[in-house]
Amino acid sequence: MSLREGAGRVKITVHMGTCGISAGARKIMSEVMRCVEKSGASDIIVTTSGCAGFCSREPMITVEIIEKAPVKYVDLDEKKVNRIFDEHILKGNIVEEYALALGSEQAL
Amino acid sequence: MSALGSKAEMERRPGGCRMHLMLCAGTGCVSNGSYKIKDELERELARHDLTNEVAVVMTGCNGFCAQGPVMVVMPDEIFYQRLSEKDVPHLVEEHMLKGRPVERLMYTPPAEKTVVPKMSEIGFFGKQRLLALRNRGLIDPEVIDEYIARDGYKALAKALTEMKPEDVVKEMIASGLRGRGGGGFPTGIKWKTCREAPGNPKYVVCNADEGDPGAYMDRSIIEGDPHSVLEGMVIAAYAIGSSKGYIYIRHEYPLVLERLEKAIEDAREYGLLGKNIFDKGFDFDVSIHRGAGAFVCGESTALMASMEGRPGEPRAKYIHTVEHGLWDRPTNLNNVETYANVPLIILRGAEWFTSIGTGDVSENPWGGSKGTKVFSLVGKVHNTGLVEVPMGITLREIVFDIGGGIPKGKKFKAVQTSGPSGGVIAEDLLDLPVDFDQLTKVGSMMGSGGMIVMDETDCMVDIARYFIDFLIGESCGKCLPCREGLTQIMPNLELQRKTAASW
Repeated sequence: MSLREGAGRVKITVHMGTCGISAGARKIMSEVMRCVEKSGASDIIVTTSGCAGFCSREPMITVEIIEKAPVKYVDLDEKKVNRIFDEHILKGNIVEEYALALGSEQAL
Repeated sequence: MSALGSKAEMERRPGGCRMHLMLCAGTGCVSNGSYKIKDELERELARHDLTNEVAVVMTGCNGFCAQGPVMVVMPDEIFYQRLSEKDVPHLVEEHMLKGRPVERLMYTPPAEKTVVPKMSEIGFFGKQRLLALRNRGLIDPEVIDEYIARDGYKALAKALTEMKPEDVVKEMIASGLRGRGGGGFPTGIKWKTCREAPGNPKYVVCNADEGDPGAYMDRSIIEGDPHSVLEGMVIAAYAIGSSKGYIYIRHEYPLVLERLEKAIEDAREYGLLGKNIFDKGFDFDVSIHRGAGAFVCGESTALMASMEGRPGEPRAKYIHTVEHGLWDRPTNLNNVETYANVPLIILRGAEWFTSIGTGDVSENPWGGSKGTKVFSLVGKVHNTGLVEVPMGITLREIVFDIGGGIPKGKKFKAVQTSGPSGGVIAEDLLDLPVDFDQLTKVGSMMGSGGMIVMDETDCMVDIARYFIDFLIGESCGKCLPCREGLTQIMPNLELQRKTAASW
């Protein structure tokens, strides 16, 4: 899936179904917003989506850098978000220890 | 080679062919048109009489989404990228017929730098196939444009502009789609009966009163993709000749309510609900009816009674709601997941839909279980979550491959399907293919999709006590066996618990 609007370099999707929210997705969302603000970057799109299915590994985010496969991060907390932001989103290096998988699911 | 995806995909490959075209069906490649390429490939292969020699296989995502749609030709391991329909005739003629790979389209994947696995290699995702959940985790459920960007409301446009209502009904019957609320009644037959029933107005109702303990399929579908359900309802309304729909939803789902209200508002604003939809003189609008959370109101007649302001009590089944439903008018009631499947069937056709699942529905709509089923997999498994699997998958695959088995090295005891009305399936039946008829045969049922896994430490008497206690609280009191019988069973179970150590 291509990045929305075309203007962004990175899209961060916070999965916010009931399962995600009860596991702390709202805090993750706030932390992502704080990181974006702090960095001053204007090419990062932050968006929400529903449950990605893997409820036991929430909170979960998907990071999609333009021209790269999306990466899913699981079992997140605020500290992990900061590290993912610095290493993956700003510098382009996947944080392997927090990543679940890259790519997308088989659809249809 | 990891680019080929999971083991499951390898096993699905048809045998006897000299060449396999592994075409990526990850969400990224699909939105870049991989199914159009598949159709074109099959056309071209047939034209060159290669159908028996070369097979097209859809695979999970291989992580090269930016180069999509991607295809790997096996056994040569030749990787093609950014394919388009117009590349296909040349490609088939050169590579598949004459054996000369087309360099212009080739791609050399970079050496693996990262140890992060692909989605298709993760057990939890590898065996799933997303139809009803096709947009899960991908779109913002509160932005209608994101749904539209992924072919949303395209099926509605097709139905309204290219099909007569009778054609829609015919397509639904041919698809073999059966009610996902658990009853398994063929959806097309229900629509046909409702369409032909005398009386006006007719109503379309969506049953989102999900009450089975441990079940949350409907919640997740609406939370993640509310428009898929709305689109299915509008198509149903067009097919049966209705101009008013209701969604009956439990009050305990606040986020569902919020997202659904937003979706209805946006659909109205875009002219996808309301008067004269697509300028075809067809009117339809939807209201939400909030239920108070009674288990019995998930039953269609009790649900309708509750909507009319009467106590939620079921009535005798021989009076059909398709003829005498809400306010005694013909009413078509389907489950959330059923409606979410409808747009895909209209858009991609019944023939495609019947290629997934078990049995044969060409003569008899009860002859098989087609498509997929969404389950909420909970209890004593490593991976709990929402899973959508093709009909015919075994329970063992769901519990051990997708669920990742039982935690703490414990032994599997049983899986409880379909909530209090369902049954418990023990280890000897783990290789049972999951479909409507097989589960009924062994005394359980498909149900709405709750699946609770239990390990060796779970006591079956306690499980029975839990469900009986749940039902005592939820009994509407209309029928004697439930009202009086359950309270008689309970002391018996208490006694068993005191006298037996563990069952």
